[in-house]
Order: sequence, then C-alpha cells, then structure tokens
Amino acid sequence: MAELLQHLLNGLVLGGTYALLGIGLTLIFGLMNVVNFAHGEFYTLGAYVSFAALALAGIDFFAALVVAIVAGAALGWICEVLLLRPLRSESIDTTMLVMIGVWIAMQNAELLGWGGVAKSIPHPFPTAPLVLGPVAIAPLRLFVLVLAAALIAAAWLLTQKTKLGRAMRATFQDRDTAALMGVGIGRIHAATFAFGSGLAAAAGALLGPIFLVYPSMGDLASLKAFSVVILGGLGNLPGATLGGLLLGIAEELGAGYISSGYRDAVGFVIIILVLLLRPSGLFARQERIA
Amino acid sequence: MTRAGGWLLAAGALTLPLWLQSPYHLHVAIMAGIFGVLAMSLNLLLGYTGQLSLGHAAFFGIGAYTSALLTLKLDWSFWPALAVAVALAALAGFFIGRLALKLRGAYFVLVTISFAGVISLVSINWIELTNGPLGLPGVPAPALGPWSFRTKTAYYYLVLAACGLSYLVCRRLVMSRIGRALVALRENEPLAESVGVDVTHYLVLAAVVSAAMAGLGGSLYAHYTRFVSPEVFLFTYTVTMVIMVVAGGKGTLAGPVVGATLFTVLPEALRAAASWQWQMLAYGVLLVLLVFFLPRGIVPWLARVMAGSQAPAEPDSPTIRR
Repeated sequence: MAELLQHLLNGLVLGGTYALLGIGLTLIFGLMNVVNFAHGEFYTLGAYVSFAALALAGIDFFAALVVAIVAGAALGWICEVLLLRPLRSESIDTTMLVMIGVWIAMQNAELLGWGGVAKSIPHPFPTAPLVLGPVAIAPLRLFVLVLAAALIAAAWLLTQKTKLGRAMRATFQDRDTAALMGVGIGRIHAATFAFGSGLAAAAGALLGPIFLVYPSMGDLASLKAFSVVILGGLGNLPGATLGGLLLGIAEELGAGYISSGYRDAVGFVIIILVLLLRPSGLFARQERIA
Repeated sequence: MTRAGGWLLAAGALTLPLWLQSPYHLHVAIMAGIFGVLAMSLNLLLGYTGQLSLGHAAFFGIGAYTSALLTLKLDWSFWPALAVAVALAALAGFFIGRLALKLRGAYFVLVTISFAGVISLVSINWIELTNGPLGLPGVPAPALGPWSFRTKTAYYYLVLAACGLSYLVCRRLVMSRIGRALVALRENEPLAESVGVDVTHYLVLAAVVSAAMAGLGGSLYAHYTRFVSPEVFLFTYTVTMVIMVVAGGKGTLAGPVVGATLFTVLPEALRAAASWQWQMLAYGVLLVLLVFFLPRGIVPWLARVMAGSQAPAEPDSPTIRR
C-alpha cells in the first residue's frame, strides 16, 4: 500500500509537468490547427536556457526559471511570425512539415551547441526527502509539483478571465467570425504559440534538475505532450491537465509493476488505444477549448 | 521524363560499377539504392494517399531484424529470409492500415510514430531475441547458388534489381485503377467515396505495399552492413526518407529516386566539410525552405523548366493545387 501511494505521488509530480506540456500543445493544436512537432524542442530549450543561466551566467535558480520561460515564449513568438503566419491559409499537412523541419533543426542546433553529453542542473533544495506518513518526497519534486499547479492555474485564469483569453476562445470556436468581431487573429495566434512554447520551456526547466538535460530529450516530451492532448481532447484545457496527471501516474505504475524498460511505451500505447477507441478524448463529448 | 532519357539513365545505372573504380563510391551508390527503395515506399503513402507515415523506420527495422534473425538463428539462406522479412513488414503494414484507417492527417502521423516507438522499445528490451542495444553482428552476405553477393559490385546489382522492381511495382500500381483511386481519395475523399471508391480497401492496400517495400529495404540493409541494432529504428531514417520524398517530388514516380540519389550523394560529398549534426541541421532548414519555395519538389519543377513556358507541367498523376 505504501508502495502504491509512493508511485502515485511520483506519478503526480511527473504528471504535473506533462500537463504543462500538454496544455501548451493543446492550445496550439486546437486554436491554430498546427501540429507542433517542435513542441518538445521548446521543452529542451527551456532546460538548456535554465542550465546556461545557472551554470554559466551564475544567476539564481528561480530567476533562471523565469529566464527560461521568457526565452521559450520569445522564440515561440518569432517562430509563429516568421514561419507559420505566411502559411496560415495552407493545409495542416504543410505546416506540419514546416514544424518537423523546425524540430530537426532545433534539436541538431542544440546538439552542436551543447554537445551530446548530458548536463545536470544544480538546484538549491536540500536532498533529504520529506517524510509524510507512508510516503517520502524530495523537496525539489514538491516544488516542481507546486509550481506546475500554479502555472496550470495561471493558464486557466488566462483563458477564462482575461480579454486575451476570451479572444482565444472565440478564435477557437470560429476563426472567421472572431475576425469579423474585431479579434486580431494574427496577434492571437502569435500569443497562443508564445504562451504554449513558454509553458513547454517551463516544463523543461522544471524537469531539468530532476532528470538530465540532453539534446534529444524533447522527442519523448513531444510524444508525451501528444498523448496528453489526445487523452484530454483537442483544445480541452482541463482535459489536458487530467490527461497529464493520468499519463504520469500510468507511467509510474507501469514502470513500478510491469517493467521499467517499457515506461515510455505507456504513452505510445495510450496514443494508439485512445485514437482508435475514443478519438475525441476521454473527457469531452466534443472538441472544445478550456 | 522522356523515354530516351529513361533508357539513358537505366544504361548508366547498369554500367555504373565500370565507371566507379573506388569501392567507396560504389558504397554510396548502394546506399542510394537502398534509400531509393525506402523513399519510393514512403512516397506511395505520402505522395499518393496524402497520409504521412513517420513510423516508416518501423517497417524498415522489422525487415532488417526478421532477415537477420532468420539467417543467424535458424540458418536460413538469404532468399527465404528476405521473403519472410517482406511478408512480416507487409503484415505490420496491414495491421497499421486496418487500425489507423479511420484516422487522417496528424492522427495518422501520431499512430505511426507510436507504433515505431513501441517496436523500437521491444527491440531494446527483448534481449533474448534481439540481443538488446548490442545488436546482432555477423549477418551473412547473400548468395545465389555458387555466386556470393559479398563484393560491392555484386551487391550493387542486387540493390539495383530491388530498386527496379520497386519502381515497376509503384508504376504498375499508380498507372492503374488503384493509383487513380488513391489520388481521388487524396484530393477529395467524400467525392471519391460517393462514386464508389472503397476507402478502406485502397488505403490498406497502399499501406501494405508501402510497408512491404520498406521491409525489402530493411532486409537489403541488414545483409549489406552485416549488422543490425536498435539504431535501425532511429528517427533519422524516417526523416531522411521524408526529406527525399518531399525534395524529389511527392506524388511523382521519379521524385523519390531523384531525392534518394541527391540526399545520399550530397551528404557524402559534404562529409569532409561538415559533421552529420550539421547535415541534420541543414535537413531541418532545408525542409522548411522546400515547403516555402519548392513545395512540389524538384522533379515537377524540372519538368516545368524543361517543358519551357509553352506547356504546363505534366505530373505522373493528376494533381489539383489546394
């Protein structure tokens, strides 16, 4: 029982960051109709920027996190304006090819810049775990869980309570009508892509100190983000949150009780099964946003 | 492409070992041939049905592992092993085609990536069968009666034959009723369905033939490099196939062959100047540039240039600009 609780807790920590990845991707996918295969590269970018800020520039752990998020959002903005905006009237397959190109280019640029050797991000938290009854959690992991929850709440508030969020939801429902009502579609798309990329960078900067940072870390992150989006349904923010937690827990349980070698297979199997059995996701009757 | 040009190219390909003295150049030609088979295989799906498979390395890997395991563990000779490798890859294609036939576009891409991911994890973790990450060394070279394909020249002709066979299969398929049905599905699925095109049947057929060809490429690769490891499932292979097809011209018969030749010879030529990371970086940038500036690929563009301004380009299949 204690073992099960421990697995659930670890799954929750992992799931929180998967949810961050999934929320960014589900907004981009749902709102812009862009299959962002480069999403995981923004995750990698976040981790490397955080590493560079900490280890090279020598700034504070928390400031480095902010720098990573800003860098991810800024690059996302540039990417949207330069590459996606001119192709807005093209089919989804065209933009998908472009994003595959961005994915390959970014990953190999990272490989060239940082080398293939994995880096580890130092963090200021004590390593002795906090013991809470039957389970134990490292303070760093607790921080990751709390911050992920805060970012998810911020994303929820942004889409529900702000003017920008209302414009985003309108664009998701009907792009043309939203444009007729005075919503600047170009600005909304750029903001959505920047926001989604910023969240991915946050996830990378948060998981970087727990795992290692290496150039191809984004590949699995992308696939996990896609499994989360598919689990939760397109453009469905609470769905992505629940989907992320579910995937994190399923992976921990799979690794704990079946075989750790097949941990990453859980996401793949989820993608295949959900797409075949319930293509609109587990939580939605139909596709929707937020 | 004109008939005379085609014969000239065929003659050039048949006499290539006479022209190329260095075994290294012949090696590049062999790799171009193997990738030619793979690119043609991907083109059948991407170019003619419009569905992008990012799991093609899985069919390639299944072909490579099946062939290697049968010859190594059961002492089969190359030819039956090749046949079983192609059949197993085709079976996997049938399985994926049947499962994913309800899905289109991005969802199809995701199912194919996930399939390749699962297969790759199996190859790493099922150590009793696959020897895990260490791979299977000592895959035997093929032989036909007294002849051995151990030399590069002999293997070149084997690969050339496979390439020719794949080209003929694609041509036969594309020029037939089946090819027209596939293009009709790509251009307007509801319309095609309304005039009686059986969507499921044709998509699964395309997936099976495509996977079988990728399996053929995998088997040829395994017996050429004489070594198989989980690296055959690397995403790099799939990316290379995609670049070859998109650059050459998707939905054309000659496009994948041109793309495969170009993107095997070019990186080898640039090898001294740039490491493979630079190459992959360039591939990514190139893919973006192609989408922006040459969206239909080199072959349709060349056809248009050669035809001059008086005649519009005549692709191998009717295409409608979307």
